[in-house]
Amino acid sequence: MSWIVKNLWLIPALPVLAAGLSALAPQRCRKFSAGLAIGSMIGAFLLSLCAFANVLGHHGHGEEARQVFNVTWFQFAEGSAGALQLGWIVDPLTTVMLVMVTFVGTLIFIYSVGYMAHDQNFTRFFTFLALFAGGMLGVVIANSLLLLFISWEIVGLTSYLLIGFWYHKPTAAAAAKKAFITTRIGDVAFLLGMVWLYSQTGTLLFYTEEGTGCMQQAALTKLVAQTTGVGMAVSTAIGLLIFFGAVGKSGQVPLHVWLPDAMEGPTPVSALIHAATMVAAGVFLVARVYPLMSVVPEGSTATPVALQVVTWIGAITAIFAASIAVAQNDIKRILAYSTVSQLGYMMMGLGVGGVAVAMFHLITHAFFKALLFMGAGSVIHGCHEEQDIRRMGGVKKYMPITFITYAIGMLALAGFPVLFSGFWSKDEILHAAHGWPVSHVPFYLGIAGALLTAFYMTRQVVLVFFGSYRGGHDHNHSRSVSKSHGKKAESSHSASEPHESPLVMTAPLMILAAFAILLGFIGTPTWPWFQTFLGTHHEGGGFTKDVVSLMIISSAIVFAGLGLGWWFYGRKPIAKADQPDVLETLRPDIYKVLENKYWIDELYEKSVIAFNAWFAKVCDFLDTWIWSGLVHLVSYVVIGFSWVNRVIDEYVVNLGFDQGCKRISLGGGFFSRLQDGRIQGYLRAIGIALVLLVIWLIWGGSGS
Amino acid sequence: MNGLPLITLLTLLPIVAGLLVIGIGSENRKVGRNLAFGTGLLTFVITLWLWKSFDASSGALQFEEKHLWIPTLGIEYRVAADGLSLLMLVLTAMVTLLSMLASWRMDDRSHLYYGLVLFLQGGLFGTFTALNFFHWFLFWELSLIPAFFLVRLWGGPQRAAASTQFFVYTMVGSIGMLLAFLAIFLATGHVSDFTALAELARKGEIASAISSDLTWTGLSGKALVGIIFLGALLGFAVKVPLMPFHTWLPATYTEAPSATTMLLTGVMSKMGVYGFLRILLPIFPAEIQQYRTPLLVLAVITIVFSACAAFAQRDLKRILAYSSINHLGYCLLAMFAVATGSTTSPAPDVERAAALNGVLLQMFNHGLTAATLFWFVSLIEQRSGGLRGLNDFGGLRKVAPVFCGLMGIALFSSLGLPGLNGFIGEFLIFKGVFPLAMCSASVSVIGLLVTAIFILTILQRVFNGPLNEKWTGFPDLTTSERVLLAIPIALMFVLGVYPQLVLGTINATVVQLVKQLPF
Repeated sequence: MSWIVKNLWLIPALPVLAAGLSALAPQRCRKFSAGLAIGSMIGAFLLSLCAFANVLGHHGHGEEARQVFNVTWFQFAEGSAGALQLGWIVDPLTTVMLVMVTFVGTLIFIYSVGYMAHDQNFTRFFTFLALFAGGMLGVVIANSLLLLFISWEIVGLTSYLLIGFWYHKPTAAAAAKKAFITTRIGDVAFLLGMVWLYSQTGTLLFYTEEGTGCMQQAALTKLVAQTTGVGMAVSTAIGLLIFFGAVGKSGQVPLHVWLPDAMEGPTPVSALIHAATMVAAGVFLVARVYPLMSVVPEGSTATPVALQVVTWIGAITAIFAASIAVAQNDIKRILAYSTVSQLGYMMMGLGVGGVAVAMFHLITHAFFKALLFMGAGSVIHGCHEEQDIRRMGGVKKYMPITFITYAIGMLALAGFPVLFSGFWSKDEILHAAHGWPVSHVPFYLGIAGALLTAFYMTRQVVLVFFGSYRGGHDHNHSRSVSKSHGKKAESSHSASEPHESPLVMTAPLMILAAFAILLGFIGTPTWPWFQTFLGTHHEGGGFTKDVVSLMIISSAIVFAGLGLGWWFYGRKPIAKADQPDVLETLRPDIYKVLENKYWIDELYEKSVIAFNAWFAKVCDFLDTWIWSGLVHLVSYVVIGFSWVNRVIDEYVVNLGFDQGCKRISLGGGFFSRLQDGRIQGYLRAIGIALVLLVIWLIWGGSGS
Repeated sequence: MNGLPLITLLTLLPIVAGLLVIGIGSENRKVGRNLAFGTGLLTFVITLWLWKSFDASSGALQFEEKHLWIPTLGIEYRVAADGLSLLMLVLTAMVTLLSMLASWRMDDRSHLYYGLVLFLQGGLFGTFTALNFFHWFLFWELSLIPAFFLVRLWGGPQRAAASTQFFVYTMVGSIGMLLAFLAIFLATGHVSDFTALAELARKGEIASAISSDLTWTGLSGKALVGIIFLGALLGFAVKVPLMPFHTWLPATYTEAPSATTMLLTGVMSKMGVYGFLRILLPIFPAEIQQYRTPLLVLAVITIVFSACAAFAQRDLKRILAYSSINHLGYCLLAMFAVATGSTTSPAPDVERAAALNGVLLQMFNHGLTAATLFWFVSLIEQRSGGLRGLNDFGGLRKVAPVFCGLMGIALFSSLGLPGLNGFIGEFLIFKGVFPLAMCSASVSVIGLLVTAIFILTILQRVFNGPLNEKWTGFPDLTTSERVLLAIPIALMFVLGVYPQLVLGTINATVVQLVKQLPF
């Protein structure tokens, strides 16, 4: 076993160590903190490359290239069954994620130095960011569902801390709480799935060399053979519980509500955590437990129920979130809904096509969505903390580098044919959806989502970069004031025109833009290197008639979306910020529904949250009035009863009941012997003396 | 152990020191305090030494001392410690130290205060090591008296009602327990040793002795033992508490001075759980099994209702009080869940050991975390002149970032965040309970969720948001406070990352306990 497999834990440990050291550093150590975080990330990146090279050098793909290293963490019962083991894994899935997370992470860390330069809590920011990276890398390397869960929760914590980074803003504080709690709903299901899996298979290790892991054949055969009370296979039930955890983290319907609100965090956070890495962790989780999700009884060819659920949730999320993005005006919220939608595509890809299909889109998406968010950050920075796209316009002229890189990201997201990575990865998913035996509806939902994606991205780019600048005149509106709180530097030239960002911010944009184009070519139908690397048996049939015709259809859809967007918004750019949206004048009813996000937040507010508050009140009421009341009632009953007892004692008991008398004399004998012994003496000496002492000291002694 | 009666010394030391501290009087406040603190430190060192010299590979009782006490009744004075006792001893010594540190600056009759704290500590040491019902019960009750006075004399405005309620409530529970054990004592021909009683219970002789001894009642042996079991249960159920026997707790925890609440929640609440593990599970396993379903329902109600009730509170101490009920509810859930023979689990003994190890970890971790949290509340009270409402503050993070950071860590530990101490205990409990009582475990996770809600609400209302103008001068932690608080916080990290530190010592004890269960 090579040293990198044994020492893979160093990859998450480096950023965690950096976070620990910078947490202890005082606020003024800005360079130390940032340098440490970036340095640890570069170190993790280099180690990830070693792991990647190790897998590449290993002959064979997928399962054959897997190496694991397990250690015992603690002992909670007898023998080997009572030893809790953790471990890490080096396989194509992990190494691909490792390289992506550390590479994108490093770029975003560097970008943050520029973006957060004027923030007074700069040091804390890098502490949290480094801790996040550690948690995320822990999720990726875990060979144990428990280690994955632990890292998963740490990632959730840092997400909470970073969304609420500008904690003095009530909206940020509320959004942070909402994110943590919404994802925790998924997490408790995940926890249940995990303990269930543990009790059934006796291990939480995914793979062991002896084949006893919970993702290996022996355990899976056992799981699929058992059924639960409602007739579902145990494997399906566990798979769905774990998937619900992924639903929370990856912002899938119905737990998507936190992700758009999470945009309250600083933009680098949105790029790293809420676009490229953490939210994709849900997809990664399902990919990791894919053997469990896809297992079917021997001889059966039916599509596993768990995967059907994954597909439907993904497809619905994809179209649902894309439709909301059409009617949003906050540059980051549009991207947030787009992220939700793309994560839906990835889930759908998992369901219909398997790990390689989804992971390909995950990787390409990570690059171009990080690019888009950082571009948006650059625009926000350049436009003096403005986030409303109606108050932008014409920014192309002022920020050329940001514009070009943003346009590349946008075309990649929209799936512009051949040139851009998003086209290849999205087409893989649509292709797989087309061949799905269960239903064709997800395919059509995907196609419709693609149309909407091209449309809303065109709308955004046109409103931001084309036309004439609409901000700057009435700059003192409330939003901008609240956003720039905590950032002092902007105020001096707030009325001036937008400006290009410094090189420390644009350089990462350019690098990511290059990858947004190039990455697509590692997974084309003629050279499906990525897919074979991940080990799924890809036909790799090249550009067959089937593939090409689907590509033509999806290209046509993309062009339709782009054209429609241009037709609506590009022909006659709006001149004033308060002009109504074209779609709004066209169909005000639909626009209103989309603008208000189908009122899902309001629905939850009125149902789940209201119920929770009501139930808490009920519990409190029960506590104050009913339980306490019962106690008081009991005490009155006891008093009454003892009175009755005395009466009976005096007038009834004395008249008879031989047996009873015998008992009483027996008990009396016991107590009298106690008298002879020393227990009474002890009791008296200690108890009464103590009481008397205390009473004397308080009411007598301290009076002097 | 070299003939030195370490456990007796450990128990007597604080009691003697307590008398001395009170004797020194109020004139020499500092001398008394330093003596008390020195004693606390010394007992802590002794418990650590016991921990170190304990043979962790064995689940047997160690450091045993045995003397005939009341010859006419054959009652022995017998003390010893196994992993469970030892863990509680260390916890007691540690939390007492923390509590003394938290009350360092108190000057209202401080000699008396520290004296009572030391009495309480002695009572707790006695309770956690006694193996004969009679002196165990003596210590059990003795620890109640100083606690009562601590609440009664230094408590908040409602202290009189709260302390009376606390006292009467626990007394009633104790009486039930006393009667139950007297009945057993008489029926079995004067057996009061816990080990011997457990042995009899394994052979089924307690039930037969009772039914033959109490034939005049006309009840079957099973029903009689059931009644006796419920009597014994009452004492522990009040102490833990199990809903609906909990109503004394929020009032007491809230009215007690925060340093005392640290002791109440940190250690005294563990007496009940300890009693379940040391007494009820070994002596009444069949009865717990018989009443398992209603008991599980009560445990689930305890978990869910207390979490929800915590969410409805507006006083930080009341929130934490309900949160304590919630955390110990998981212990109850686990202890009831293990009492079943019919399970689909492939390895039920592993699950039982997981659940009970989880219970022990949870006891220790809750003691550490809850005590630390009440310490933070006492610091808030000191700075705010007694205010501690959820809505009295806002934005404190801006003026007191270190305070917020450290208290935030303690809050997340209470929430059960992995990486901190609270998680492993809860994980092991759920890991063990789920296969043994699937429905109860599934409903109980609501408690985990609601806990997250009210913990984050505390953070949101007190520390986040715009700074409340009133508190622009809210001082951050002083250097000495930082250093002192760093100790429990560091321990939270250590136990979160390396739970084997505790598990290594308790595992053999738990395994033995599980083996002796007749399921």
